[in-house]
Parts: sequence; structure tokens; C-alpha cells
Amino acid sequence: MTAQGTEADRSTICARVENVSKLFGSFAALRQVSVDLERGKCYVLIGENGAGKSTLLRVLAGLLRPTSGKVTVFGEGEPHDVRDRIGYMSHAPMLYDEFTGQENLRYFASLYPGQKCLEPAEALRQVGLDPNLSRPLGQYSQGMRQRTSLARVLMPVPELLLLDEPFSNMDIESTRQMVELLAGFRHSSRTIVITTHQREHAAPIADWVLRLKGGRVAECVPGSPTL
Amino acid sequence: MNSVFWTHLVKDLRIEWRSLDAIVSMLFFAGLVVVLFSLAFDPRGAVSQGIAGGVLCVATMFASVSALNQAWAREIRHQVMDAQRMTPSSGAQLYFAKVLVNFIFVTVVQVALAPFFFVMYNLHIAGQAWVLALILPLGTWALVCNGVFFAALSIRSRNRELLLSLILFPIFIPALLGMVQATTAVLTGDNDPWLWIKMLTGYDIIFTTVSLLLFDVVFHAE
Repeated sequence: MTAQGTEADRSTICARVENVSKLFGSFAALRQVSVDLERGKCYVLIGENGAGKSTLLRVLAGLLRPTSGKVTVFGEGEPHDVRDRIGYMSHAPMLYDEFTGQENLRYFASLYPGQKCLEPAEALRQVGLDPNLSRPLGQYSQGMRQRTSLARVLMPVPELLLLDEPFSNMDIESTRQMVELLAGFRHSSRTIVITTHQREHAAPIADWVLRLKGGRVAECVPGSPTL
Repeated sequence: MNSVFWTHLVKDLRIEWRSLDAIVSMLFFAGLVVVLFSLAFDPRGAVSQGIAGGVLCVATMFASVSALNQAWAREIRHQVMDAQRMTPSSGAQLYFAKVLVNFIFVTVVQVALAPFFFVMYNLHIAGQAWVLALILPLGTWALVCNGVFFAALSIRSRNRELLLSLILFPIFIPALLGMVQATTAVLTGDNDPWLWIKMLTGYDIIFTTVSLLLFDVVFHAE
């Protein structure tokens, strides 16, 4: 199950957010948010701009520390301590414009010493890109950058996938391919958290839909995944 | 030196090789400073030998700051640094690779500038010339190791370019003093440069160690 107050078995919990608040100066981006994320489930975060979706994702990724409250991932500790098992994709591609897709992925694969990663070419193929593209990333379309970014996230085979607006700038066919790919990840017991304004795109894989409003979880409803 | 360090190093060298942004801008900037000083002071006058060391060091310093301001620009753009922060590799390796890369860039500029500088200022080395090959790298390292650290510290600031100069220059003063005095001592042959060289070495060891120890904190700061 998800959301606060549930009785989920501890062993099935991938991440636990307990009374987390995040302040930026006097602005509260998150207010007392409590959520349990189960293994192998897909959570879709929806809400207006400024509702706290991206902040919650960054807190789960360990890129932001909560002002108060606690986040535990894999039952082991703070996200920062297990960051090699978390994949985070932002609005921005998080890649170097000067390198090709494969060069970027090769660089990032080297930053996971001792960890089994997908081959960069394989990761690119998985997201539907040609690994032999010789153009630098700066010359890719927005959708291609987005897919290269997803390939970077998938490469270290993370157990928790945090995807911030993964369907923005993507055409319908690419979106469908990405959703099918994410469905495969979900079936292999990996947890996925997606923020989106296009709820319908994520609907086929959504186990739970959480609506954030003003930094709080305003609603948490079960989805009806079809994939 | 492990593979992650080399990965960062090769990445930065490869990007610079493709764009030549840092080296070209530094070269022009340093050349301009040397020319401006030669217009402000008579480069063939009696005092030229005495001020040449200072001119070379100041030209290097200003040119380096123009590159150091951009040291993390590619990591900030498109949030690449966040992706690096998500990897299990240590930030200290990224820092050390960045320092070494910038050190190489500044050294290339110094080597390219040296003949031009010696001709313009009509310099004759009265002391041991090979000692310059020790002084300049030590001074450059002092500048670069602090510059890369403080550039990372100021990346979240709106006025980061101004902030870097405001923090870096005061901290670099002891090293600049050592670099200028030692260079002048070699050029004029009047004094012994070794006290200043020892001071520069000590400065480099202390600041490199402190920066390496603290960089992870800066790197993972929000």
C-alpha cells in the first residue's frame, strides 16, 4: 500500500517518507508529507506547478535534505547513503552538450566503479535511440535528449526510479515506448515515481496516483494499470 | 589515482580539446595584460627587470580567473552536477581532476606567453633559470586549487563571478607574494628565492589538503 497510515509489510517498503517538510527561506515547498513507497509499484505524482512534486522527488533522491522529518530508502538509511541504487531524471538532461549520447553514457558508467551497469549502447537501444549517432547532444532534439537522459538513469539498473516530467517534449509514439519500457521495470520489482502534468500518459502503469497541493498530499487514489 | 579520477580528467580535456574555450580566452587575456603593462611602464627601462615577475604573475592570475569562473559552467548547465552527485563516486576525485585540468590549461598559457613576455620586456635571467620551472607551477597550483574550490562554493550564488574574485584574491595574496618575490629573485639574481619557494610549497600542501577534505561538503550542498 501507499500513503500514510497504511500497514504495509516492512520488507515490501522501498522508501518511507515520514512527516517531511522542506522550506526554502520562508516558503514551504513540502508540508508534513508522509508516504510509503512499495517495491515494484509505480506512483504518479500530479499537481499544479509549485505543488511540491519536484521537491519531493529531489528529497527522495537525496539531492535535497528535508528541513524536518525523515526519509528512509531500502530500509537502510538516508537516500544519500544508497544513491547508487537510485536513478533520478530531471527536467534538464543532466548530460554534457559537447558529447554524443554514447560518450555521455560511457562517462557516467565509469562513475559507478564496481557496479554492474548496462552497456551504454544497450541502454540507448532500450530507449529507442541509435547508439551510433555521431552528433553531440547539443544538436539533439528535446525528445532525444530526454530519452538519452532516461538511458543514463537506466544504465546502473536502479531499484528506485525517480522521473521528473519524463514525457514532456516527447511525441506520442516515443511516450508509448517509454511507458512500455517503464512497465517492464515495474514488473522486475523496481519502484517508479513519476511526476507529470499528463496523467493519461502514465495511467497504464500507475498503481497509485498522488495529488499534491500546496506541499501536501491532498489525495491518494489507486490507479488501474493495464500494462 | 583511480579510474574515476582519470574519467573526469579525460572528460574535461576532451571537452576543452573540442572547444578550446578556456585556453584561447586565457591566452588573449594574459597577452592583453602583458601589453597593457608594457604601455603603462617602459618595458625596456631600468625597472623592467624588477617588475617583470609581478607582471607575469598578475597576468597569469587575471587570465586564470577568467577560466576558473567557467570551471563549473558545464556542470551547472543542464544540472550535470546533480547527475554526478547521484553517482557513488567521491566528489574529491572530480575536484582533483578539475584542478589538474585547469593547472594544465594555465601552464599551456604560461608556456605560450613566456617567449613573448621575455622579448617584450627584454629580460635576461640573472639567477638560475630552471628555478622558474619550479616557481611558476607552484604558484599556478596555489591559484588553481583555491580557484576551483571557491568556484564550486560560489556556483549557487547569483553573483558568482564577482564572488569568486572577492574570495579568491585575498586568500591567494600569500601565494602571489611568494610567486612574485621568488620570480623577481630569479630574474634579478639579487636574492635567494628558496625561502619563497618553501613558503609556496607549504601553502600548496595546506590548501590542497583542506580543499580535498572539504570538497565533498561543498559538492553535496543543496
